[in-house]
Amino acid sequence: MKRLAVFCLACAFVVLTGGALIELGPAAIDLRGQVAAQLAASGVSHPVTAVLLNFRGYDTLLEVAVLLIALLAILAVTDKPPAAPVPAHPLLQAVARGATPAMILVAVYLLWAGAHRPGGAFQAGAVLAAAAVLLHLVGLLPGWGAPGLRLRLGLTAGFALFLALAAALLSQGALLQYPPAAAGTLILVIEAGLTVSLGLILAGLFLFLSRDEGGET
Amino acid sequence: MTSGLLFALVGVALFALGLAGLVLIGDVLRRILAFNLMGSGAFLVLVGLAQRNGVPDAVPQAMVLTGIVVAVAATALALALARRLDAQREGALPEDEDG
Repeated sequence: MKRLAVFCLACAFVVLTGGALIELGPAAIDLRGQVAAQLAASGVSHPVTAVLLNFRGYDTLLEVAVLLIALLAILAVTDKPPAAPVPAHPLLQAVARGATPAMILVAVYLLWAGAHRPGGAFQAGAVLAAAAVLLHLVGLLPGWGAPGLRLRLGLTAGFALFLALAAALLSQGALLQYPPAAAGTLILVIEAGLTVSLGLILAGLFLFLSRDEGGET
Repeated sequence: MTSGLLFALVGVALFALGLAGLVLIGDVLRRILAFNLMGSGAFLVLVGLAQRNGVPDAVPQAMVLTGIVVAVAATALALALARRLDAQREGALPEDEDG
């Protein structure tokens, strides 16, 4: 009975919302035009990167803070020591060893490409994190226990750098308003810091969680 | 109908599917998956609607990129909480003292 009711409600929701979407008129504000008009002053030529790190840099700053807070909360609720890594087949280990340098290279390329084509700090960080997860899954990289000083610095460096630059640039009038001449360099510096930290944070979301693997037996 | 509008309509269907799953399913892990499905549907609506007349819009794309990363963090946190919940339920049984 409950299944039927939920099914009917979900169908009604899809029909009503879908109908509303089909009938939707043109948007009242044209953000596309505003972005295109200001793109030259943003320091990068790819509109998504310009929005992420220049026009809406505040959102990105807070997003990294959200990631850090989620990681802290995960550290607070997992208390078991890291499980001993289980080595995978030697062939898998060899493939992972070979793939890791290539993935680091791809991450650096994505970071650099973000200025003028799809790419950027988040994609580069995700590739770095994927490399770490790959190494962990084949047993070459143990799960992380309580983070040491170096790991803590690495996890927070991107956010700290972003925040420090935001504070230093407050004299420009608004938060994260870059001087147009230096905007490209500043965005690249922020993105480089974010790439390292996001790679570590995203890897940490997996590697800190995998440390209580031994608790299942 | 443009492809952008089609993406938005698929997004609505995914959202409804996830919502129904969230209501009907009892298992925590599958509820987290259903919640992610809802999020993916919302992202698809945002990106699809913004380009329904053929030209992509960078602002919703950037916001969705932000949203995806936050969704990953929220999922990881939910998984950590689910794991802790599981461990505590096991710990409540007397024979699982060494677990």
